[in-house]
Amino acid sequence: MTDALLQIEGLTKRFGGIVASENVTLDLRMGEVHAIIGPNGAGKTTLIGQLMGELTPDAGRIVFDGQDITALPTYERSLMGLARSFQITSLFLDFTALDNVALAVQANAGHSFRFWRDARTESVLREPARAALARVGLGHRADVLAANLSHGEHRLLEFAMALANKPRVLLLDEPMAGLGPEESARMVAMLRELKRELPILLIEHDMEAVFALADRITVLVYGRVIASGALEMIRANEEVRQAYLGEQEAVHG
Amino acid sequence: MSDRLTARNVFVAALLALLVLLPAYTHATGNTFIMTLFTRIVILAIAAVSLNLIMGFGGMVSFGHAAYLGIGGYVVGILAKEGINAGLVQWPLALLLSGLFALGVGALSLRTRGVYFIMITLAFAQVVYYVANGLDRYGGDDGLTIQARSQFGGLIDLSNRTLFYYLCLALLLATVYLVWRMVNSRFGLVIQGARSNDRRMRAIGFPTFRYKLVCFVIAGVLCGLSGVLLANHTNFISPALMHWTRSGDLIVMAVLGGMGTVFGPVIGAIALLVLEETLPHLIGLGSYLVTGKEVAAAKEYWQLILGPMLLLVVLFARGGIDGILARLRRD
Amino acid sequence: MLYLIEQCLNGIQLGMLLFLLAAGLTLIFGIMDLVNLAHGSLYMLGAYFAATFVGLTDSFLAGIALGLVATLVAGMVMELIAIRPLYGRDHLDHVLGTFGLLIFFNELVRLVWGPAGLTISLPSEMLTAVQVLPGVYYPLYRLVIIMATLAVALLLYLLVMRTRIGMLIRAGASNREMVGALGVNIKLLYTLVFGLGAALAGFAGMMQAPLAFVQIGMGENILILAFVVIIIGGIGSIRGAFVAAVVVGLIDTMGRAFLPDLVRHFVSYSAGSSAGPALSSMLIYALMAAVLVFRPEGLFPATGK
Repeated sequence: MTDALLQIEGLTKRFGGIVASENVTLDLRMGEVHAIIGPNGAGKTTLIGQLMGELTPDAGRIVFDGQDITALPTYERSLMGLARSFQITSLFLDFTALDNVALAVQANAGHSFRFWRDARTESVLREPARAALARVGLGHRADVLAANLSHGEHRLLEFAMALANKPRVLLLDEPMAGLGPEESARMVAMLRELKRELPILLIEHDMEAVFALADRITVLVYGRVIASGALEMIRANEEVRQAYLGEQEAVHG
Repeated sequence: MSDRLTARNVFVAALLALLVLLPAYTHATGNTFIMTLFTRIVILAIAAVSLNLIMGFGGMVSFGHAAYLGIGGYVVGILAKEGINAGLVQWPLALLLSGLFALGVGALSLRTRGVYFIMITLAFAQVVYYVANGLDRYGGDDGLTIQARSQFGGLIDLSNRTLFYYLCLALLLATVYLVWRMVNSRFGLVIQGARSNDRRMRAIGFPTFRYKLVCFVIAGVLCGLSGVLLANHTNFISPALMHWTRSGDLIVMAVLGGMGTVFGPVIGAIALLVLEETLPHLIGLGSYLVTGKEVAAAKEYWQLILGPMLLLVVLFARGGIDGILARLRRD
Repeated sequence: MLYLIEQCLNGIQLGMLLFLLAAGLTLIFGIMDLVNLAHGSLYMLGAYFAATFVGLTDSFLAGIALGLVATLVAGMVMELIAIRPLYGRDHLDHVLGTFGLLIFFNELVRLVWGPAGLTISLPSEMLTAVQVLPGVYYPLYRLVIIMATLAVALLLYLLVMRTRIGMLIRAGASNREMVGALGVNIKLLYTLVFGLGAALAGFAGMMQAPLAFVQIGMGENILILAFVVIIIGGIGSIRGAFVAAVVVGLIDTMGRAFLPDLVRHFVSYSAGSSAGPALSSMLIYALMAAVLVFRPEGLFPATGK
């Protein structure tokens, strides 16, 4: 428990009569990929929303690096090192790919109350941005308008922005969504490399990716944690297989 | 060099040349009316550029921007009435009050977005309008005559029309340059990012509210300057200047000229006010050619065309005149 | 005391007119997600049409009836030609486009009816006062306005709650895509809703006309109040529009009637005369600001958003 960078304790969130999160407790340790799986509507995206501060939990708390951040606004959590990618791509469509990532760099480069110098000429912003783009394989698309990129490239750009944001923890919301087999494989390889540097909380449906990357898995069903533990343990868990994996295997044959 | 010679750049350069050389034309022909018209155009262009900073670049559509014209103008007018004519007292105070008002309005309004933001900025401007209407000592709804223009103690004599015109033009060019530098700076990118995707900006670590507020205040101060100049130009100020339909005029200038660039609103201001002056004559001329007699009424109804024209611009030429010119480049 | 009751009733009467405008606005905004700055133009057209027809037919009732028909037609034509292309665009486009319409209609009215404005005179039977409470007399016509609007409100309630079209309207207000998916002729529905809003606005304009002038731009000031009403009441909610309209009407009227004296009493005479009207508007806008901060969906939000 002591080397857990992110601790979630008893998180509960209701929307009217619907319970999106019920007493969710889990943690994220240094050097691991902790995957969160579960059927649609299990409350996975709501969980990220609460972690990032876009949603206020009704009960429970969130501790990051020893500090209680439950009441902290979104931008402060981001500056502390919580970086997220969005499930439904949320980019700056009228900016170029490079501009998008440069903004993520800019957020961590001190205050932005600078009114005179052309920010697009600042190498302290542009170089790290180019590096992040190159790392995800989009280096050659740096000057393309985000609106003109393909869906797969959008997912990569999302990822590049999260990387450029000086993260200490990555919260990835379905990074594989909509990617073809080649792109998925590339993403998995990237994440495997990355987990040596950063702990990753990974929300995913793509079970191949989950089994290839995860050290631990937590299963959410209707907002509740029904199982949590090491990869092999979860794989073998009867209840989980029936509730969730069973369906998945039936689908994949 | 050749890709700088685009249709748009040539057009802008021509406009600038026209603006700079205008007084020469006036002196040659003795037509002072055109200098009066263009002084007004230049002053309102400053207001339109300031509005576009928050609207085109920041996505904050304020239907209460004309309030700052009024605040700037009334500070000059009220101080003048009380015997304080020194420009060095009037102008900084006008800008300060414009900024403070923008700070207050922004702090409350920027918590909303979309049509709510539009309505709340409109509401605040209406409050100022009503307050001005109630200021009996300063003319109430009849308005206030300003006997003398701001005095700068021999440094510059504002009652010299040509000098005043060049001052306004210089201030316009300075404003355009300032705003241009701002929108490309770190600050400007934050503002544009917030317009593009506010949620993402916060998720990557920008406290967007404070940046938008600062932008809002800057725009208010610049528009206050426009109000100061306008009051000096017309030697008169009235609450009608702050009515929300006047804010609508500023929005029209920005949209017509092109919201995507800093210079667009200047084009829009010129286009709108020149049309306002010439279209009636053109219609009158047209009706004369068609019917053989000049239909006097036709000259008054040019606004009949303005309304649908605005709708058509919104539907088909969203980038305004500037956008149309920019597209010519690719053909 | 007499004055208080009279002002109270005036406040309710203003509230009724605001309700007519707000009901149309909130329906159009709630169902078609359209911000219509030209709604005030329909208010103005209603007054002008009624004034013309009353003059032509010499009958107040016939004038009103014909005026209503004319405004309804004008509204539907407006929707077909100018409003349809705006659906689905962002609010700024709506604001700009309908602002253009507002300018256009102001000039059109000037072209057709001249810049001077018109008046409608009431039939002599209406020019009396009625005893509403022992010793309290109130102009009959203003009472008629209140009654007529209440009747319209009731009809509207029946329409929205008890008919099939009403069901579609309610569904549309809370979930637009759903209604489309149900295979309903959306275009026709939108035109009808817009026409309904236009008729309500026109009705308000013609009711108001005998009390004030019929002039160009008369719709602008009351339009802002109507927007404030729908923000306070909740977009898409007719019930909200009703309650908010009465509240706003009362605040505005009582504010204008009593605040100047209050200010004169506590501050100074001149402050009272200048500050009075500004204060009562400020109160209304302060209320709107408070709603936006504490309960942004309005006091009676349309369910399901």
